Amino acid sequence: MNKRALESRTVIISVVFVLIALIFIIRLFYVQVLNDKYKLDADNNSKRNITEYPARGLIYDRHGKLLVYNEAAYDLMILPRQVPEDMDTIAFCELLRIGKDQFIKKIEKAKVFSYYKSSVFEREFSSEEYARIQEQLYKYPGFFVQTRTLRNYPEGTAAHVMGYISEVTSSQIEKNPYYKPGDYIGKSGIEQSYEEELRGKRGLRVVMVDVFNREKGKFAEGIYDSTAVSGKDLELTLDADLQEYGERLMQNKKGSIVAIEPTTGEVLALVSAPGYDPNLLVGRERSNNYSLLNQNELKPLFNRALMAKYPPGSTFKSINALIGLEEEVITPYTKFSCNNGYRSGRFHMGCHAHPSPVDLKYSIQTSCNSYYSNVFRAIVDSYKSTEKGYGIWRNYILSFGLGTKTGIDLPNELNGFVPDIAYYDRYYRKGGWSSLTIVSLAIGQGELGFTPLQMANMSATIANRGYYVTPHIVRKVGNKRVEMIDSSVYRHETAIAPKHYEEVVSAMYDVVEKGTGMSARLDSIQVCGKTGTVQNPHGEDHSTFIAFAPKDNPKIALSVYVENGVWGSRWAAPMAGLLIEKYLKGKIKREDIEIRMLEGNLIEIPNRP
Amino acid sequence: MRNSTSIFYNLDWFTILLYLILVFAGWLNIYAAVYNEEFQSIFDASQQYGKQLLWIGTSVVLGITILFIDERFYNTFAYVIYGVVLFLLVLVILIGAETKGATSWFAIGGFKIQPSEFAKFATNLAIAKYLSTLNIKMSDLKTKLIAAVIIFAPAILILAQNDTGSALVYGSFILVLYREGLSGNFLVIGITTAFLFVMALIMGNEIFNFPFDVQVDGSLLLIILVSLVCALLWYLNRKSKQLIVVMIAVFMASAGLIKSVDYIFNNVLEPHQSKRINVMLGLESDPRGAGYNVNQSLIAIGSGGVIGKGFLEGTQTKYDFVPEQSTDFIFCTIGEEWGFLGSLVIIALFVTLLLRIMFLTTRQRSDFARIYGYGVACILFFHFTINIGMTIGLAPVIGIPLPFFSYGGSSLWGFSILLFVFLKLDSDRMKVL
Repeated sequence: MNKRALESRTVIISVVFVLIALIFIIRLFYVQVLNDKYKLDADNNSKRNITEYPARGLIYDRHGKLLVYNEAAYDLMILPRQVPEDMDTIAFCELLRIGKDQFIKKIEKAKVFSYYKSSVFEREFSSEEYARIQEQLYKYPGFFVQTRTLRNYPEGTAAHVMGYISEVTSSQIEKNPYYKPGDYIGKSGIEQSYEEELRGKRGLRVVMVDVFNREKGKFAEGIYDSTAVSGKDLELTLDADLQEYGERLMQNKKGSIVAIEPTTGEVLALVSAPGYDPNLLVGRERSNNYSLLNQNELKPLFNRALMAKYPPGSTFKSINALIGLEEEVITPYTKFSCNNGYRSGRFHMGCHAHPSPVDLKYSIQTSCNSYYSNVFRAIVDSYKSTEKGYGIWRNYILSFGLGTKTGIDLPNELNGFVPDIAYYDRYYRKGGWSSLTIVSLAIGQGELGFTPLQMANMSATIANRGYYVTPHIVRKVGNKRVEMIDSSVYRHETAIAPKHYEEVVSAMYDVVEKGTGMSARLDSIQVCGKTGTVQNPHGEDHSTFIAFAPKDNPKIALSVYVENGVWGSRWAAPMAGLLIEKYLKGKIKREDIEIRMLEGNLIEIPNRP
Repeated sequence: MRNSTSIFYNLDWFTILLYLILVFAGWLNIYAAVYNEEFQSIFDASQQYGKQLLWIGTSVVLGITILFIDERFYNTFAYVIYGVVLFLLVLVILIGAETKGATSWFAIGGFKIQPSEFAKFATNLAIAKYLSTLNIKMSDLKTKLIAAVIIFAPAILILAQNDTGSALVYGSFILVLYREGLSGNFLVIGITTAFLFVMALIMGNEIFNFPFDVQVDGSLLLIILVSLVCALLWYLNRKSKQLIVVMIAVFMASAGLIKSVDYIFNNVLEPHQSKRINVMLGLESDPRGAGYNVNQSLIAIGSGGVIGKGFLEGTQTKYDFVPEQSTDFIFCTIGEEWGFLGSLVIIALFVTLLLRIMFLTTRQRSDFARIYGYGVACILFFHFTINIGMTIGLAPVIGIPLPFFSYGGSSLWGFSILLFVFLKLDSDRMKVL
C-alpha cells in the first residue's frame, strides 16, 4: 500500500470520530429537548407529595369528659416501582402477619392503581405493631409508613351519636373536590353532621426523596407547602354518665331512651339498644366488625332513637287533653263515663276497669280510653266537616314538632307520621271516613308513628308548658355556642295556650304519684309522667313512658321505649324513674328496682359482638 | 536537539488546555454527583471529590515527570514496560482484591491500584514499537499474528480478571492496525460479524410465518438471507472466478456464526452481560431489572432539558437514583445539571481532543510517535463511545470509565500517562532525524 492511501485512512478514522459524536448529539437532542417523558419520570422519582393529616377535632360531653380522641396509626404505603422483584416475600408476609395470597392481591392492586405513585398497602397499624414492623422495614425498599390518626372512644358509649369515619368512596370524591382517595370522612352520627368542623384542613408537604425514599429536604424551599389546620373540638350536650347508665339499663333489650333538658333543647342522653362499642368500627378490623354488626338480626347499627317509628300509645293522651282544652270542647271538669270501654253503635274500644265517670285529671291518671275517644271525636266533630276538624286537630299535633323532623344535628332522622287528609281519602275514599273511623288516634294508636326523639321532645314541650327548643346534640363548636352559629336552634311555640298545661301537668304528676306510673315515683323529686302500652301485631306489646322532673322548673324530660316490654308500667316507667334519679341526684336509692331493670332480658339471643 | 531551550518550548499547549478543562469539569461533576449536605467542602479528602483532587494533582506531577524523561526512553523500554505490566496482570489474578466480581485491583494500604488501566498505555507502546520496526509490512501474515499476540495477551489476562469491559477496549487497536495497512476487509468482517451476531440474537428465537403455511425458524431465515446476499454479490461480479469461492466461504462462515451465536450467548458471555445486551437490543424491557440503570440514566439526562437544572440541582444523580454515578455514569450528572448545551460542550471537547491528536500524528517524523498517537486517539475514542453511548441507551452497559471525568485514581493516572507520553514524543519530534 502506498503512503498516500494510508494517510487518507487518518482522515477516515477522524471522520468516524465526528460521526459518532454527531450520533450522540442527535440522540441527546431527542432525549433532552424533544422528549418530555423523562422529565415526568424524574419528578416521579424524586418529588413526593406528603399529605399532612390534621388532627380531627376532639369530642367532650357537657361536663368536659373526653368522649373521643385521636390515636396515632400507621398506614404502610407501597411504591411498586421501587419494590425489587427478588424481595423476601415470605419474611415480609410474616412481618405483616398476612397470607401470601393476600400479599399478591395487595401488590397487584397497588400496581393497578399506579406503578409510579404510592398507595396504601395495609391500613392502620397500631403503635405497637408499627414499632415491630419499622425495625425491619429498611429491608424492603418501596415500602414506607405514613402516619395518620384513628378515633378512640375511652368511654365506649354513645356509638350511634358518635357515628364513625371511614375512607371516602369514589362518588363522595366526585361530589366534593376536597377529598382525595384514602381520606377519611364521617359516615354517620356527629362525625358525619359535623364533618367539616371536625376534619380541619389538610396540609401538604412537597419534599425531595432519594432512591431509598429518605426525605432530603423541601422542594423549592417549601413554596408549595401548606400547614395542616386541626379540626375544631366539639362539646356535646350529652351527659356521659346518664348516657352510660341508660345504655346499661337497656342492655339485653330493644328500644330507645332519649332525655332532653327542656328549657334548652339539649339532648342529655340518646340511647338505642342494642348498641355496640364504637371502638369496633376503628382500625383494621372495622370492615370485619361492620359486616358482623350489619348482619346481626337485632340491627345494632340501626339508631332507633332517630330512625324507628313507633305509635305513641297512651302517652299521646296528654296531647289530646291539651287540644280538647284549647278547642274548648272540654273543661277540666268535663266528665265522660266509661263502662269498660268506649261504645258507639256497633263500635267498641276496650278499657280496663276503673271508676266512672272520669274527669280530665283522672282520665290521664288512669289512662281511660273512653274519655279520649269522646274528646277526640268532640274536637273533630265540632267543625262542619270531618276533613276540616281533622285538619285543625292535625295542625295542633304538628305544632308539637311531631310528624316532621325535629331538626336535630344528627343525620338520617325520620319524619315520623301523622296521616293527612289525603291519606285517609286514599285509604277510605273521599268522604268515606269520619271521626269514628279514625278514633284510634285518640289513644295514640292507628297510623301514628313517632320517633323516640319526637316523644322526648313532646315530653319536654309539656314540661315547658308550651314550647320547645330544637333538640340538639352539640353545645359548642370550638369556642362558639351552637345557638350562635346554628340558626335552626330556636324556640318553637305550640298552638296551645300555656294556661292549659297546668291541668295536664298536675294530672301527669298524679300518674306517677298514684296512677299507672307509680314505679317512677321518687321520694325527693316530683316526677310527672304518662305510661303507654303500644299494641304490637308482631309480638308482645311495647312498653313506653314519657316523663319530666321536677314538676316545677323541670330539668329533664325523657321518653323510654322498650320493645316487647308489654305495659308502660313494667319497664319504661321504672327506667325513667331511675334515669331521673341518676341525673338529678347522681345516686340510686331504689336498688331493687335498678337490679330488676339491669337484669331484665327481653331478647332471646343475648349477643353483642 | 537543535534549538530547544526548554522542554516546555515545543509542547502542544492546546492539548494540555483541553486536558485540564476535561479534568476540572470531571472534578466538579464528581462533586455534584456525590454531593452531600454533611460534607460540603469540595476539598474534603474523605469524599470522592477530595480524593479526585488528589488524583488530579498527582496526575499533573506524573505528566510533568514524563515530560522530563528523555523521549528515547519510551521507545527503548517499550517492551520492558509491556513485560512488566503483563507480569502485574498475571499477579493481580493471583493476589488481587475482588471488587464487584472482578479481581483487577491491588490493595496497597488504603489505596487500590488497577493495573489494567496502565496496560492500555503499555500495549500501545509495544504495538507502536513493533509496527515502527524497519521492514515490517502489515500485509505479512507474521506481522498480523505478532500484532494480534501483543494486543490480545493483556486483553485475555484482563478477561481472566472478570473485567470484560476493560478487555473489550483492546478491540480499538484494530483501528490502529487499519491505519497501518491492515486490509479494510478485516474491518468489514468485524462489523459484519457483529451485525450478524446481533441479528441472530434478535431473530433467533422467533418463528416467522409465510404464506402457504410455511413456518421458518429465525436463524434459518437469516442464513437464507445471507445466501441471497452472497448470490447477489457473486452475480454482480460473475466474471471473477475467485469470488464464487470467497462467497461460498463467507456463506459457510456466516451460517456457522449464526448457528453458534446461541451457544456463545449462553456459554461464553456472563449472564449479566448477555442480559444487558438483550436489554440494549430491546429484547427485554424490565425497568427494574437489567434495564434499570439505563432507564434511570436516561431519566436523569432527559430531565436536564436544554439548559439543565444547574450545578448541584440534579435530583436524579444527587439522590442516588442513578447507579455508579461518579464513575461509569458520570455523564448523567453532566446531562442532568448542564442539559443539552452542557452535553454538547463536553462532546465537542472530546472530539476536539481526538481530532487534535490525529492532527498531531501527521506532523510526527518518527513512526513510533505517530503510531503511538493513533493508539492514544483510538483508546480514548473507544472509551468515549461506549461510556456515553451506554448512558444514552445506544451501547451495551459495559462498565468502562469516561476518560478524565470518571472518579478513580488508576484510570486518571492511566489516561494521563497515555496522553503525556504522546505530548512528550510530540514536543521532541524535531530531535528525530
